[in-house]
Amino acid sequence: MLLREVEYAKPASVADALATLAEHDGARALAGGQTLINVMKARAASPDVLVDLNGLAELKGIDLAADGTLTIGAMTTYAELIRSAEARARPILGEVCATIADVQVRNRGTLGGNVCANDPTNHLPPLMCAVGAELTIASAAGERTVPAADFFLGVYMTAVGPGELLTRITIPAGKRDGFAAVTLGVDGTCIVNAAASVNGGVRVALGCVDAVPVLVEAASPEEVADAVERAALRPPSDVHASSEYRAHLAQVLATRAAREAAART
Amino acid sequence: MDVAVTVNGVEYERDVEPRKLLIHFIRDDLDLTGSHIGCDTGNCGACSMIVDGLLVKSCMLLAVQADGATIETVEGLAEDGKLTALQQAFSDHHALQCGYCTPGMLMSATALLRENPSPSEREIRKALQGNLCRCTGYWNIFEAVKAAAK
Repeated sequence: MLLREVEYAKPASVADALATLAEHDGARALAGGQTLINVMKARAASPDVLVDLNGLAELKGIDLAADGTLTIGAMTTYAELIRSAEARARPILGEVCATIADVQVRNRGTLGGNVCANDPTNHLPPLMCAVGAELTIASAAGERTVPAADFFLGVYMTAVGPGELLTRITIPAGKRDGFAAVTLGVDGTCIVNAAASVNGGVRVALGCVDAVPVLVEAASPEEVADAVERAALRPPSDVHASSEYRAHLAQVLATRAAREAAART
Repeated sequence: MDVAVTVNGVEYERDVEPRKLLIHFIRDDLDLTGSHIGCDTGNCGACSMIVDGLLVKSCMLLAVQADGATIETVEGLAEDGKLTALQQAFSDHHALQCGYCTPGMLMSATALLRENPSPSEREIRKALQGNLCRCTGYWNIFEAVKAAAK
């Protein structure tokens, strides 16, 4: 498919990228391109300028602090995270990334791209909410940090505004996490997904049931299904699942993810 | 924009529009038509090639992004007309029906065997997850990869 005409910028630094993004109304950051290039083919997005973030070392890398906090550059690919010894400090991250699409997509697709695209069927928005991630956004004015629960604003919309970039994701220490999904084929698009984390009580974030991840808290995995019911979800219906079926899956998958999380030590 | 790439050991330099996908650059500008366009939506994997050592779907990459890259396509597998063990195994095991998905299957399986010369059945299936065969001839493809593995 021939894309609409577009200019291409390859910035030398994050500051350079921010300047180019701020300069053009129609500029858009290009991360792994595993979503954006396809939506450009479909003309669902038509940026005038693509600001390619590939090659910016400042946005790469996974750092594990002494207290177990992980800091992950936004342009880290799924494949890099899966291979990272540091990232194993929070095992759920690599486990979930290994179920995203296929080898080719995991070699190019990035964590930052996944959360910034904020497709309601993506894996990482609910996972970031469950593990209590914080996302650092840079602009010409400086940096700000947003908790995952406040980062996802709507379908394809996040706290990253025009002229801004997600630069890194910070994830606190922890191991007691779980993830469960019903997908279109093995490792396919999620019909409903749930990420859970146990830290005293259970925090579950549900994906595919609303525009943004839905957070539910319960005292124990056994109480998660009731908590999901109380959330009175009204998920969308589509060719893959009715609203009622998605609501049912949300209870089942939230419980599975919570049990997996609680079973870990 | 100027794009310089090395494809299968040969250097090329071309003036390319930024909107051109890597697969179109390889097929139309460099006339290397072994890599196929199946779906053009990132699903089928027929356009898979190895860029700087990483398997990618070349319909989800711009040609300008490949500037400076070393690229391997299906044409680069055989040397002096001698098939690789994997290509020979595809032939021996009838691992193709219409053949349209074969270039992508070969590149994905080549990438797998480089990283993991003795993959399990599950690892082979997982490695070929991004490549669709519309003839559904997966069984013989798996058999061929198993035969080529050590």
